[in-house]
Amino acid sequence: MTKEAIIKEFENIAGAENVMTGETDRHAYSYDAAVLDSVMPALVVRPQTSEALGAITKLCNDNGLPLTVRGAGTNLSGGTIPHPGGVVVLTNGLNRILEINEEDMYAVVEPGVVTAQFAAEVAKRGLFYPPDPGSQAVSTLGGNVAENAGGLRGLKYGVTKDYVMGMDFWDVNGELVKSGSRTVKCVTGYNLAGLMVASEGTLGVFDKIILKLVPPAQAAKSMMAVFPSMKAASETVASIIANKIVPATLEMMDNFTIRTVENFRGAGLPVDAAALLLIEVDGHPAQVEDEAAVVERICKENGATELKVAKDAAERDAVWQARRDALPALANLKPTCVLEDATVPRSKIPAMIEALEEIAKKLDLTIGTFGHAGDGNLHPTILTDKRDKAEWERVEKGIDMIFDKALSMGGTLSGEHGIGLAKSKYMAQETSKATLAYARRMKSVLDPKGILNPDKIIGAE
Amino acid sequence: MADIHKLAQMFKELDDQLVGCMRCGMCQAVCPIFKLSGKETDVTRGKLALLDGLASEMLTDPEGVNEKLNRCLLCGTCQANCPSGVSVMDIFLKARAIMTGYFGLSPAKKAIFRGLLKNPKLFNALTEMGAKFQGVFTKKVDDMLGSSCARFNAPVIGDRHFNTLASKPFRKIVPELDTPAGSSGLRVAFYVGCVFDKIYPQVAEAILKVLKHHGVGVFMPAGQACCGIPALSSGDTDTFDSLVGINVDQFRKGEFDYLVTGCASCTSTIKELWPHMYKGDTSRTYDIGVMARKTMDISQFLVDILKVEPKELTGGQSVTYHDPCHLKNSMGITAQPRAIIKAAGCDLKEMTDAGTCCGCGGSFNIAHYELSKEIGGRKADNIIASKAKVAATSCPACMLQITDMLSQKGADMSVKHVIELYADSL
Repeated sequence: MTKEAIIKEFENIAGAENVMTGETDRHAYSYDAAVLDSVMPALVVRPQTSEALGAITKLCNDNGLPLTVRGAGTNLSGGTIPHPGGVVVLTNGLNRILEINEEDMYAVVEPGVVTAQFAAEVAKRGLFYPPDPGSQAVSTLGGNVAENAGGLRGLKYGVTKDYVMGMDFWDVNGELVKSGSRTVKCVTGYNLAGLMVASEGTLGVFDKIILKLVPPAQAAKSMMAVFPSMKAASETVASIIANKIVPATLEMMDNFTIRTVENFRGAGLPVDAAALLLIEVDGHPAQVEDEAAVVERICKENGATELKVAKDAAERDAVWQARRDALPALANLKPTCVLEDATVPRSKIPAMIEALEEIAKKLDLTIGTFGHAGDGNLHPTILTDKRDKAEWERVEKGIDMIFDKALSMGGTLSGEHGIGLAKSKYMAQETSKATLAYARRMKSVLDPKGILNPDKIIGAE
Repeated sequence: MADIHKLAQMFKELDDQLVGCMRCGMCQAVCPIFKLSGKETDVTRGKLALLDGLASEMLTDPEGVNEKLNRCLLCGTCQANCPSGVSVMDIFLKARAIMTGYFGLSPAKKAIFRGLLKNPKLFNALTEMGAKFQGVFTKKVDDMLGSSCARFNAPVIGDRHFNTLASKPFRKIVPELDTPAGSSGLRVAFYVGCVFDKIYPQVAEAILKVLKHHGVGVFMPAGQACCGIPALSSGDTDTFDSLVGINVDQFRKGEFDYLVTGCASCTSTIKELWPHMYKGDTSRTYDIGVMARKTMDISQFLVDILKVEPKELTGGQSVTYHDPCHLKNSMGITAQPRAIIKAAGCDLKEMTDAGTCCGCGGSFNIAHYELSKEIGGRKADNIIASKAKVAATSCPACMLQITDMLSQKGADMSVKHVIELYADSL
């Protein structure tokens, strides 16, 4: 087909107003939130129906057009940067919550539903959807599933994969594949819905997602503990877990981040502290009281110099505001902000923090570190200016070193941001050549023309 | 017309500001236009990427970029919520100036800005004539809202419901003032603003009544011109500079402690844009700085300086308050107008999303009326759902837009400036 004929086909399927071919429109979908070079797509299409989504997938495959699905474009690993000359399929026209079932505690959604809006709708019905990625105000559920997004509540409540009960998705031929169910238990066939989680758009195009819901905690208590060393803070983390307490949230900030946040907001954070832990326990009111008391004791035993327990909602919000400020405060310091998510086993956090400090010193880089101490998911944030070529080379070297370190400690390349384009080169290092070969064989059968989000995760062959 | 390479060079000057956008996309959560269209080119991240694309000569279609750039209300909500602290408004205003320099000003805007706004006398004379003859072309729609619509098919007016020009503009009622400080020991300069002068003189009268009541002396020079925001947001910096010049030359003739306005847009323009964007005769720079520092919204002046306090509820009329973008996003003023509503003895009923834009956006309303109407329609729905009897705000442009939207929905309520409520209670 000629280019004009293909465009006409897209218009027939999705409606002319939903097909964008102009230079400015295409440019606006050439990037995502990752610090990577942008790539112009040939066409952007915004289907409004499930059928259109399937037909578009087939059309792309029939014509060998690379297809990248995009929700809100908040991807931090380049997973939504298109392939040169490819097609971007927007899901934000597919944003209906199809069902929220209170009796059986699940919901059925289209992929373009915004996470925070979904969580709010669920909360209105007295239920709870826990995954809360930092971008939840705009990120979509389809994207969350494709990246297996996490968040602050990962430690106790798990991440997106723990809530995916089932999924309908389009294969490259435009056939609808169904997997999972509305029941808690389901062992019908391969766990294809599970296969789709974290597949970053490389194996199928999500159509409908069935998500598990849980009852919300009845009570919660938040506190902020100040530590004279990172070691003391991370030993506290280990000790809390060893005492069989799993907080809903257990967050850590290093001294550089504390100082930056304090400069940014002036909320009275202890700028001399080497580390801060922000802890929230939740559950039954009696359990919350008990656990809070134990956590308090453990913090003190491990040398916490100060401990503030939030007395009311306003104080609780102040605790979490400090955490929410971490990224914006750091982002304000320098033009380019590389937010990594190297993850290590909890016990290795002190060693990882130490390693990060060494890397920063050795390469003369500014690195602020905060993150989900409870699950070992750290966010070393490198502050730089990409236009400074010499420094940028050191940043790239620094990133390599960070992953080397994390992997040598039995950690992983990504806790919640995905592999995308940014980290595909490290894949064999964490897994094995055989693993990569297995994944590529699988992909080559499911997507023989290689049109589904090429180059992501397993790289270019 | 300069060549595209030259245009790219001009946009490179914005590079240091553009690079601050980390493309996190959080602006999608708050942009009123993105909420409607879902298009990346309609949200700030996309627009900044387009400007960056022009600067780096990756794009060849400046006209296309300009068109997208203008699909923006300049409401500033994105900037107020930007995690990286990008100066979005500053970038957009500079970008519009560069674009206008490249493409030139449209003939209609040229006539309005350079022909009319720059010549306050001619502007006044024409609107006065308009006020006399408008009855021929318009008919009343809603008495309570004071709205009218076009009698005949008129392209610019379309199906708008608008407030007609006042039969007697404010400057004819009170041409100028120079009264000494009274019991408060304070003297303020009063900047009236075009819309109050020509459409809502009763609001300007209410401000004078309130100032008198509190023993505040007033310096109000004749010959005031437009604050310049319409010209600036269309990239016409020449007209902006000359308007600032006309105003400064009038206001520096008197002494005053504060400069008050009742218009959110004028307040933020004088306070933030005059000192920042004025590139005219440098002999005015000092006075511009002084005026900017002294400028206050009228509610802010009453609450922060005169210490007017909210009253205990006396079962007064129910009022809902809409936050104008230029007060909330630019200056963070949200509490003071609410305090004034309560000081007037009214029962404040908060609407859903009081702080989201009404969709007016000045000339945006003219260029993109359908979008403007859709955003405004949601605002009107929230106002109606509040079940208040009065929709109050602090900006005459919002008053016009809200009146249009409520009138089209046949709502049984009136639109007022908060200062009118307070003046009525004295």
